[in-house]
Amino acid sequence: MERQVKLQAKNVRKTYGPVVALEGTSIDLLEGEFLTLLGPSGSGKTTLLMAIAGLNDPDSGEIWIDGELMTYTPSHQRGLGMVFQNYALFPHLTIYENIAFPLKMRKMSKDAIDEQVARVLSTVQLPDVQERFPAELSGGQQQRIALARCFVYEPSIILMDEPLGALDKKLRDSLQREIKHLHNNLGITVIYVTHDQEEAMVMSDRVCLMNEGRIEQIGSPSDLYFRPESIFAADFLGESNLFAGKVVSQVAEGMTIERADGVAVSGICDTQVSNGETVHYMIRPENIRVSLDKGSEENLAGGKLKETIMIGQLTKYFLELADESELVATTLTGSQKGSLQDGDQVYFGWSTSDARIMLGT
Amino acid sequence: MNVSKKWRRLVRIWPIYPAVLFLLLLFVYPTALLVGLSVADVDGKISVDHYARLFEGELYTKVLLITLKVAAWTTAFAIIAGYPVAYLLANVKSSLRNTLIIWVLLPFWTSFLVRTFAWLVLLGRKGAINDLLIALGIIDYPIKIIYNFTGVMIGMVHALMPLCVLTMLAVMENIDTNLSKAAGTLGARRGQAFWRIYFPLSLPGVAAGGLLIFVTSLGFFITPALLGSARETMIVQLIMFQIDSMLNWGFAGAISMLLLGTVLVIFFLYDRWLGLSTLSGGAQGKTVHTETKRKEGLGARVGVGVLNALGSICAGFGALYDKLVKRDPARPRTDYSRRSLWIVAGLVIFFLAAPTFFIVPVSFTEEGFLSWPPKGFSLQWYESLVAELSPYPAAFGRSVIVALFAGFFAMLVGVPAAFMLVRKQFFGKGAVFAFLVSPIITPHIILAISLFYLFAKLHLIGTYLGLILGHTVVTMPYVIVTVMAVIKNYDLRLDQAAWTLGAGKIQTLRFVTFPIIKGGLIAAFMFAFIISFDELTMAIYLTGGEFSTLPKQMWVDAVMRVNPTLAAVATVMLLFMSAIILVSEFLRRRSLRRIG
Repeated sequence: MERQVKLQAKNVRKTYGPVVALEGTSIDLLEGEFLTLLGPSGSGKTTLLMAIAGLNDPDSGEIWIDGELMTYTPSHQRGLGMVFQNYALFPHLTIYENIAFPLKMRKMSKDAIDEQVARVLSTVQLPDVQERFPAELSGGQQQRIALARCFVYEPSIILMDEPLGALDKKLRDSLQREIKHLHNNLGITVIYVTHDQEEAMVMSDRVCLMNEGRIEQIGSPSDLYFRPESIFAADFLGESNLFAGKVVSQVAEGMTIERADGVAVSGICDTQVSNGETVHYMIRPENIRVSLDKGSEENLAGGKLKETIMIGQLTKYFLELADESELVATTLTGSQKGSLQDGDQVYFGWSTSDARIMLGT
Repeated sequence: MNVSKKWRRLVRIWPIYPAVLFLLLLFVYPTALLVGLSVADVDGKISVDHYARLFEGELYTKVLLITLKVAAWTTAFAIIAGYPVAYLLANVKSSLRNTLIIWVLLPFWTSFLVRTFAWLVLLGRKGAINDLLIALGIIDYPIKIIYNFTGVMIGMVHALMPLCVLTMLAVMENIDTNLSKAAGTLGARRGQAFWRIYFPLSLPGVAAGGLLIFVTSLGFFITPALLGSARETMIVQLIMFQIDSMLNWGFAGAISMLLLGTVLVIFFLYDRWLGLSTLSGGAQGKTVHTETKRKEGLGARVGVGVLNALGSICAGFGALYDKLVKRDPARPRTDYSRRSLWIVAGLVIFFLAAPTFFIVPVSFTEEGFLSWPPKGFSLQWYESLVAELSPYPAAFGRSVIVALFAGFFAMLVGVPAAFMLVRKQFFGKGAVFAFLVSPIITPHIILAISLFYLFAKLHLIGTYLGLILGHTVVTMPYVIVTVMAVIKNYDLRLDQAAWTLGAGKIQTLRFVTFPIIKGGLIAAFMFAFIISFDELTMAIYLTGGEFSTLPKQMWVDAVMRVNPTLAAVATVMLLFMSAIILVSEFLRRRSLRRIG
């Protein structure tokens, strides 16, 4: 069954004085989807989220929620939930009063409120904190209360603005999974803002990569990782070897380019380019195989092994090419242990299908 | 803890002792002398006669009640009018806030006397306000808004509101803006969010601001004396009358103790109900506990109930409005609440900033009295300022010298104390801090007459040394508070880095700490300078004969006859103070930026 479109932003634009925080941006969100707005700070992701929440007024464009136009509807009438970066728990109210707040605004009876608060607190596994104040809880507990306050009135869309930003890594990992489970179990639609690419990959159905107030690319995590459409995307997500070259020949989807130093390599390209044009070539370090002989690789770059770094389960190899530029390869630690020495003449080889070629300078 | 360890701890904080000793000698000891006088009869025997006399007739309790009434109304008006301004300041961009704060602070910085003269120009029978109202046809005959309760209220609220705004702002700035937004996404209307979330969180600021205004009002006398009538006589005026005309020190001491006792009772009640810790402003951790305490009492329940009801009423009106006026979700809403906030706060800021400037045109009048509008253009009043027999040039010079030295001494003892209070942990630190800043909340008349008594014995009246020492008592607490704020912002790791790089303690102070906080220190000095330069109460008693300061000279002239010469002095003073304030504000900001 085709899923309903839950939320639409059409050409939403927002400026602060001379600064364009968000250029005309459009995005569709399906019912039950988990969409992450990913990007560096100042990329416009929070501006877009705030416009959807009704916490800032866009200059132009439209916002539709459940088929209703809501561009300038005040946030208290949009019926969505929001979890803030610093939780925004009301410091003068107890946990009970915090969670009861949205229910009181909806004029629910005292008994119903009591029941709902107790229910949602057990969902976030903090049943005994009702009478405490937010400052008396740890960061992780406060985050759960913020989630509980949002889930308690069952909004159909939940917006999250870097909700885990202030927590340490272990806690973040476990809360990421918790949020993911809550999303799956409750079937809610989530828009999640983060600048952490790993978090975006772990949690999202789709990732919307933003940069300088624009959407750079939108797609599934693996789309973005394996088929980046721009240098920014290739560079922002994961590690990559990126270099420029001129197109020398094209066969179907494949394309061969030549670097300035004369090395020719091939990769996949989705866009139309003419021969002689300058393009960018990307190959992920984990797709490179390192060896002492040439073997039968589709693409090959030879040089001196400059440095080897072991980082736990992975080992990184830095290859220095003839023109002193570098390539990086990553392999699982142990697989080639001891066989390679810094200073050796080695070869980096990779398959054409793993390499991407994109436009841009 | 063994004795030697305890001893070493006390030695470790030696830099705080000069400040403590200074106040013991020039604040505690003279006050104790005054208390001694108040419990002695003519023969020097212990007696409670003076205190008995306080409650004999109706006069003293009546004046105390008037004083309390004036203070209460001043506080109420200052909070009600100041709240929207503080709210606006807390919720605009920081660049705009800095501009607006200058206008709010204008009356705070311009001399007390200058401000009061400005109101004389504005409020009189032929003043600018009556003039305007008649021209507009609103009234036919001048209304009486001076030399009565209205005049006193206008003058006092104008004088004290900036302090109230700043205190409330300190708390409001720390209220997370996301909280109101969160309330919005959770389904609360603006009014609900304000009354249920924002207002309760801003209450510590309202309480602290109210306390400061109330206590400061109790010690006022300039405004009631110049803008009020006999019916607005404040308790300080009674003390002054006993000293000036009756030379009855014992009874003056007894009235002083009545005033001081009232101040202490108010602090005590405040602490019981709200906790003095709220005074420091924005102490979020403490809010929890006061909040817990607050919820238990019946009054608190009623309070919360009232706020929630206010929220619901606002929400009701909002919902009604929505029904009557269909909103178009495709068009931005006109933000009426924001607009009305700007209008209200704008009017209040105008009330604060504008009056001072009326003094300028009046100083160029050709007439011999303060009138509005000023007639013609003449420099005669400026000429008379620098005429041969004019006391003003010398008074100005003396004020500058006294202010420079008072500022210098206040820094000398205040800065080391501030360092200790921020950086060291020791037993009774809170009490020591309270002691060191207590001259701020003690009515200045008490400091003035007790030092008058002491210095008269030491032949220090009418000398530079006497007035400088007196002003140091008043300015040092402000230096301590200002410098503490600067040091708190200072990243201690910079010092630690200097130590690891081989710098000793003195070298670290000289090459790292001081250069970084220099701007803040200069600003603290300027602050002390301005306070001393504008100080009148001490000057009235500690100067004498030929030796007079600028405010004292202005006061003497004002009490005798208000004439345009005073407007000319005030204009010069306004220019002088503005220059100093702009420089110190610039330095303060630069230093905050550097260590921010």
